[in-house]
Amino acid sequence: MTTTTAVERPFYDRVLEAVPGGEKLKLCLQCGMCSGICPFGFAMDFPPQSLIAALRAGDLATVFESETIWLCVSCFACANVCPAQIPLTDGLMASLKTEMLLRRIVPAELQTALENTRRYGNTLGESPRKRGAWCQDITPSIPVMAQTKEPVDVLWFVGDYASYHPRALPASQAMAKILQALGVRFGILGPEENSDGDIQYLAGERGLLEMLAQKNGKAFRKYQYKEIVTTDPHAYNVLKNEYPKVGVSVPVKHYTQFLAERIEQIKPLMRHEQKSRVTYHDPCALGRANKNNIFEEPRLLLSIIPGLELVEMSHNRATSICCGGGGGGNWLDGFAWQRAHTRMSEWRIHEALESGAQILAVACPYEAPRFEDALKSMGAENKLVVKDIAELLADAISA
Amino acid sequence: MHIVVPIKLAPDLVEELEIDASGAALDRTFLRLIINEFDDHAIEQALLLKERGGGQVTLLTPDLEGAEDVLYTAAAKGADRLIKLTGDYSAGVSCHALARALSKAIRDLHPDLVLTGVQAHDDLDGAVGPLLADYLGMPYLGYVAGLTVGDGKCTARKEYPGGLIAEMEVDLPAVLGIQAAEKPPRYVVTSLITQAMKSATIEEIEAGEFDSSGTAPVMRMSRLEAATHAEMIEGSVDQVADKLVAVLRERGLLASQG
Amino acid sequence: MSQDIWVVVETLRGEVMEISYTSLAAGRVLADGLGARLVAVLLGHNAEPLANTLGAADSVLYVDHASLADFTPDAFRRTIAGLAKDSTPRAILFGHTSMGMDVAGGVSLDINAPLVGSCQRVRIEDGQPWYTSPTCGGKILAEGQIPDPACVLTIVPGGYKPEAGRMPGPKEVVRTAPSAALDGLRVSLKQYVEPQTADVNIAKEAMLVAIGRGIQQPDNIALVQALAQELGAVVCGSRPVVDQGWLPLSRLVGKSGVSVKPKCYVALGISGAPEHVEGIGGAELILAVNTDPRAPIFNVAHYGTLLSMFDLVPALTEKIRQARQP
Repeated sequence: MTTTTAVERPFYDRVLEAVPGGEKLKLCLQCGMCSGICPFGFAMDFPPQSLIAALRAGDLATVFESETIWLCVSCFACANVCPAQIPLTDGLMASLKTEMLLRRIVPAELQTALENTRRYGNTLGESPRKRGAWCQDITPSIPVMAQTKEPVDVLWFVGDYASYHPRALPASQAMAKILQALGVRFGILGPEENSDGDIQYLAGERGLLEMLAQKNGKAFRKYQYKEIVTTDPHAYNVLKNEYPKVGVSVPVKHYTQFLAERIEQIKPLMRHEQKSRVTYHDPCALGRANKNNIFEEPRLLLSIIPGLELVEMSHNRATSICCGGGGGGNWLDGFAWQRAHTRMSEWRIHEALESGAQILAVACPYEAPRFEDALKSMGAENKLVVKDIAELLADAISA
Repeated sequence: MHIVVPIKLAPDLVEELEIDASGAALDRTFLRLIINEFDDHAIEQALLLKERGGGQVTLLTPDLEGAEDVLYTAAAKGADRLIKLTGDYSAGVSCHALARALSKAIRDLHPDLVLTGVQAHDDLDGAVGPLLADYLGMPYLGYVAGLTVGDGKCTARKEYPGGLIAEMEVDLPAVLGIQAAEKPPRYVVTSLITQAMKSATIEEIEAGEFDSSGTAPVMRMSRLEAATHAEMIEGSVDQVADKLVAVLRERGLLASQG
Repeated sequence: MSQDIWVVVETLRGEVMEISYTSLAAGRVLADGLGARLVAVLLGHNAEPLANTLGAADSVLYVDHASLADFTPDAFRRTIAGLAKDSTPRAILFGHTSMGMDVAGGVSLDINAPLVGSCQRVRIEDGQPWYTSPTCGGKILAEGQIPDPACVLTIVPGGYKPEAGRMPGPKEVVRTAPSAALDGLRVSLKQYVEPQTADVNIAKEAMLVAIGRGIQQPDNIALVQALAQELGAVVCGSRPVVDQGWLPLSRLVGKSGVSVKPKCYVALGISGAPEHVEGIGGAELILAVNTDPRAPIFNVAHYGTLLSMFDLVPALTEKIRQARQP
């Protein structure tokens, strides 16, 4: 029985009507699977189940007084297990984040990341003109579409972090090396590329996603390519699932899918052996988010690297534990620490260490810096090496 | 209560700054402009005052690239009236020139209070606020971080070094130079800005010919090249410590005792 | 029309502000170079003793009035403009500060003189006085001749050491009453409010000493506190230190914390990860101490050393203490 007041009604209706599948909210049994599986559920005032209960009880005033929605890292763990398939992550939680943004209750750091996106087209506040600068010193050179103007097989969507963050650069260089070794004709957008919008829309800013989709769509339409391949799972997630909703439909693959298709071509290139036990962290955005379910392709790639023995962590594939960087989480570590006094990335490192692995393989640009940071805070820097799958492949091609 | 907020657009320092062919001015070809950070605070302070005591907030900005973004964003935050000051900005506009042009426009708006950023990072001839106040014949108080408005007067908190505050009473109408709003500039959701772009109107007022008398000519402009790596100091503990002390002393950073 | 160089002295609650000494040092360069007198203009009430450190000036012009006991913009502007109209100096130097900036503009308009802002250095070139002003966050330097016959300048710190402008004196004090009327003032002081004893706002601090993971243990922080004390600095840190609870959240510098713009930032045992470095982009001088030669902090620091901070900090603290002895 819903008794939402006049003030709270708009939010309830917004979730029900504006979000695809939102009416499923009415099917909630209050089973608690969502709150139970939520990694930060214990620290939230209103984990998903409680939030729905509050909505129904017309108790939104207290909901809006709590800031703990910002602990949600949009990992899709809740949405993945909900028996009623309620769109909890990008429907309910993201809508509450929008509400908080409208009320200007947003941690300063995340506010800056969102404002940077609007102004500079990237969350880091870097000059958009320098978005292609990362590939200046790579030989052979990486074609920038606006300069070469030639049709390509693959339009490589690089993403914010991989374009600007020093730790993500080695993975991008590795990817370039692999594409070149395979003779793939590819190019990047460089300064014409804008942030993909995944983090932003899951942090409540759907309007920003739409703005970015239009800008990226305009850039895509300028060039000829067979498909878009991205090294960023967040970009993969929105290009596949959200951009079509705003009229930008492009064929997109994550790089692990693209390379898995070419596994027979890659095998002969694997010359250098690296005897190590490796475990793989499934990125949320690539795996259980929106049931993208890209679990086996990354593992297939790891299996062809000579010397590597794949071991699994106790949580893997759809049960993978988030690194904590999604939905704005990458800018909310301080906020999260103050409330939860624990770090998701550290739990994951524990699991990686327990698996007996020497290498933690990742496939998302946020993960390497986050996991390396966790290793440092745990004093375990010498025990585990974090590498993107692309880096491992490139190392096997030529050391 | 009518609050007018004149704002300045300054070079965005995220981009590289180049000197033009004359060697005495910034190359404006690729210059990106951003709202002066202190003016952003002035807008926030104006909105806070409006929320507390009612009234109207009017924004006034030079008609430069980025002006509309600033105005629509302010409208989405709650500003009532949006005005662009049109004119020939090709040679840049000094504080004196802008203040003169603003004073003509603002006089006709009959504000009770004019809030503007205490300075901008590209000011070379003082700041807009104090000059504007003079052209308007109003009192000026700068480095304000917080104020309350009463009957015909306002009480403003003026910042001094070390965190000391001087509470000053200022007769209205007055021009205040804002150092910091009482709260950091609010976030505004993109969809509200998009809405404002559809529903808000931007008026235009002509600035006329810019008069920059009072500005000292710049004869040379140069870029300070940033080093890409620290100068490493070698030697024993004593040698390194001595060198660091010398560096600090050279920069006037060693406060003498007593 | 005189060729005097004036420096308007700033005082706050019985003390001369440091910027005035910097301005006197700059004024001295102009006065000596142009063969002119340097005059320190001091406003106050029963404040003549404050002239005792203004010996760098050839003369102190002291204006006494009850309405000048504390700085208020209206009273000070009228008084200074009144004096300037009577004596028409060649240049008037104000501090580019909360006090100076309230008044410099109005005075310049009153005497119909151009205004040069943010001036850091002055010099004489071919007999002509020149100014140098940093602008655009210090990335650009603007230079030009100081216009004649008169000019108002606002002085920013960094070009001259305050010690160069601070000397016992004065050589001469000329006491005068304000020529301008000081009634009908539109701005008045109600009271001073002391800074809160709640934790400092590191975003406003000029001197910062930052610690990172390299500090290793909370007990070692005392070492750093001693250095901070000598420097008049506040201790802040990168996220690992704050997360451990060794420093409060208000001291966090970087992406999750505060962006700082100090004159000096001493980074001890900080690697310089992007998440931290983005918070110190505004620092004017960065000194980095880290035993790892590949630490990214060295890409943003101005000076660096590979010595261990545990060896360097005590020695540095002691040497600074000695250097500060008058």
